[in-house]
Amino acid sequence: MADHKPKGISRWLFTTNHKDIGTMYLVFSFIMFLIGGAMAMVIRAELFQPGLQFVEPNFFNQMTTLHGLIMVFGAVMPATVGLANWLIPMMIGAPDMALPRMNNWSFWILPAAFTLLLSSLFMEGGAPNFGWTFYAPLSTTYGPPSTDFFIFGVHLMGISSIMGAINVIVTVFNMRAPGMTLMKMPLFVWTWLITAFLLVMVMPVLAGAVTMMLTDRHFGTSFFDAAGGGDPVMFQHIFWFFGHPEVYIMILPAFGIASAIIPTFSRKKLFGYSSMVYATASIAFLSFIVWAHHMFTVGMPVKGELFFMVATMLIAVPTGVKVFNWIATMWKGSITYETPMLYAIAFVILFTIGGFSGVMLALTPVDWQYHDTYFVVAHFHYVLFPGAIFGTMAAVYYWMPKWTGRMYDEKLAKIHFWLSIVFVNLTFFPMHFSGLAGMQRRVPDYNIMFSDFNMWSSIGAFGLGLTQFLFLWILVKTCMLKKGEKATDQVWEGAEGLEFTHLPSPAPYHSFDTPPKVD
Amino acid sequence: MSLFRKVALAVAALAVLVLTGCSEQAYNMREGVTEISKEVYSLHMIVIWVCVVIGVLTFGVMFYSMFAHRKSKNPNPAKFSHSTTVEIIWTVIPFIILIALAVPAVKLLIKMEDSSNPDMTVMVKGWQWKWEYKYIDGDNDPSNDVSFFSNLDDASRQQALNAGKYFSGTKIEDENYLLEVDNPLVIPAGQKVRFLVTAEDVIHSFWVPDFSVKKDAIPGFINEVWTKVDEPGIYRGVCAELCGKDHGFMPIVVKVLEQAEYDAWLAEQVEAAKSGPDLNERTMAQLMTEGEAAYNKYCAACHMPNGQGNGPFPSLIGTEVVTGEGSVDKHIDIVLNGVPGTAMQAFGAQLTEAEIAAIITYERNAWGNDTGDKVQPQDIYDIKNGGGE
Repeated sequence: MADHKPKGISRWLFTTNHKDIGTMYLVFSFIMFLIGGAMAMVIRAELFQPGLQFVEPNFFNQMTTLHGLIMVFGAVMPATVGLANWLIPMMIGAPDMALPRMNNWSFWILPAAFTLLLSSLFMEGGAPNFGWTFYAPLSTTYGPPSTDFFIFGVHLMGISSIMGAINVIVTVFNMRAPGMTLMKMPLFVWTWLITAFLLVMVMPVLAGAVTMMLTDRHFGTSFFDAAGGGDPVMFQHIFWFFGHPEVYIMILPAFGIASAIIPTFSRKKLFGYSSMVYATASIAFLSFIVWAHHMFTVGMPVKGELFFMVATMLIAVPTGVKVFNWIATMWKGSITYETPMLYAIAFVILFTIGGFSGVMLALTPVDWQYHDTYFVVAHFHYVLFPGAIFGTMAAVYYWMPKWTGRMYDEKLAKIHFWLSIVFVNLTFFPMHFSGLAGMQRRVPDYNIMFSDFNMWSSIGAFGLGLTQFLFLWILVKTCMLKKGEKATDQVWEGAEGLEFTHLPSPAPYHSFDTPPKVD
Repeated sequence: MSLFRKVALAVAALAVLVLTGCSEQAYNMREGVTEISKEVYSLHMIVIWVCVVIGVLTFGVMFYSMFAHRKSKNPNPAKFSHSTTVEIIWTVIPFIILIALAVPAVKLLIKMEDSSNPDMTVMVKGWQWKWEYKYIDGDNDPSNDVSFFSNLDDASRQQALNAGKYFSGTKIEDENYLLEVDNPLVIPAGQKVRFLVTAEDVIHSFWVPDFSVKKDAIPGFINEVWTKVDEPGIYRGVCAELCGKDHGFMPIVVKVLEQAEYDAWLAEQVEAAKSGPDLNERTMAQLMTEGEAAYNKYCAACHMPNGQGNGPFPSLIGTEVVTGEGSVDKHIDIVLNGVPGTAMQAFGAQLTEAEIAAIITYERNAWGNDTGDKVQPQDIYDIKNGGGE
């Protein structure tokens, strides 16, 4: 039987099946999302009112650091890798990923990496407390002893990501069904292919940065120490050369998800397919030449600042093209509003708001006022939470019926959506105001002039956090309790793509043993 | 879509509530008090409005489509899937808007970065977690230079700690909470002041929003930034780059004085610097009182008010350096010169002889240490100027 699967724990430990590995990635990502979220709750509880109420400033810094690291490397990235595992083979008509054993290995490294990172919380001197950007020399000379665990953890995450990315690239280039030309691939496959190239290019740079930290800390080098001829600013250049493409690594797959969902529920083909592909590629290219816009205050030469300002502003053009194409896809469509569509629309609108603050931040003279304030926190949370995370939630609702064969509870899902969207805005919109008014980032306490906005942000954050337990319940109900009506093979009326047109629901454990013919 | 309407109503109500509730609070960038900061503010307002207009148009079209092209109204979807013309239009138009934004930004940036021909220069140095200001008058005579440290004021420190008992009713009402220091930076009005920004330990960032000045303070490197303030007054800022535990507790206060008042202030500082340190002998009681105050100001952030230390910061109770036999010299050496590679700073240049003597005496006799050791300002002076390294 094609659907034979191993039983028990060994199925998960030794699996080379892209669907099992995809599931494990998604489950892992959700666990990390809850842990990182719990840390956000600690942060917001402390910031609920001025004064030091709950935690010491040093522990507060540990929370902001781990919250950032866990959400970036533990929640968002594994979620998109999980989706890639589940979807890319089915979308291109392949039986599995090209390198299935490596696929297993790249997942199982992650729990080890995060165990290392989280164990630092219980060490003497505490967890890393220098922010997820770990600027030297705060993270080198002044870092706590657990910094070495952090360094090793980052290395492991990097290895995992690079292996996952290589797998995607090899799969897409070699495993497409006959007739599935590159320009016929679903946008999600395209955005992931480009993401994978970004990953293999920048993760080694991050590995280089943490290795230099390690040798600075223990082996007498001075890469980032001016006293030994090094340069702390060089750390930032290296870090952001990784860090800026990293933000696109997190958001490009969500672009692909929106490009799958919006046409389905508009019952209309994606508008401007090829310009979507070119726009994604342009964004990826530009992401390599804008890194120093994170560093406008480090004292760069004016010409450097001008270059990075102009290059950064250019990103608005291809991003604008994508947004306009999504709207044009909806235009004159026949739209219905199932939960995936609601999330996709919220993604487009709120991501665009994050894009607007991005254009503001690109302007160097005003960036001096925004830099390192809550305005920046508002900006990147708008592109990450209602961007990358709403994108992932949209994907989960959209493809869950295909994965499990059951429809999720639409009513609960809509409640989840409306609560999420109210609380996400209540949490992050006031941060624009507190930032503009002058509240700096990464502080456990603040002047009373910021107290109202912080209170709203905290209330929003608590609501947003609690709401995700509803999401958990919806997932448990559909995937584990197997409640919900049976999904049809096409699942959604307007759905296209091989996974909906050529495979039953749920998709069998082994799909496309013989490749479909694509015309 | 009754659910949709209910939610929309709730969101609108909430928005109104938030905006009215916050009407007392600052919610926008401040215009500031310099020519540059005003130009920055107007560029900020321009780009905000550009974004608002684009947002209203784009989302307007989107919401119209969501409403008019829903299945119940438009059961038969159109078939088009591309149009080269509109795609070119919506590539070119954003491009033009961006150029229109970039031109004033480029001009303003070039102006902001021109720190040439200053009337005076102040060195700004970030430390964990305080600022040091040094006035360099350029006459090559260091005895005319003035330098001092600027720490968070005691009142804010006390309130932050008291707020731990917040739920028992201590409420912070001080409008300068966390934005007040003991020794503010003083500059004259109407002069182009250049700041040379650097740091001792980790990266800090010197930010005064009213001047639109923000520059990273980087150990081993010197950055330049300048301002020219016409309006005398007191302006407040903060450290903007995460620099460790007390990053949120190292504010910047700039006092802008009329030229004549400034000159008088500076002369007074030079005079005080020249008169030499206060090395009068003190009684044990005096040392303990002065020591407690100075300890709480400079040491308690890490070693805690009760001396027990905190995480990587060692306890001072009964430890070898503090209570060990004949450990006074070692103790003085650590306070004066720090411990390289750790967060323990060299306080020799930061504090007066009297403060250091009092702190060491206090540490050796408080919290049950009771060594009975008494260190006098003169002892410290001798070690600093000969005996010590």
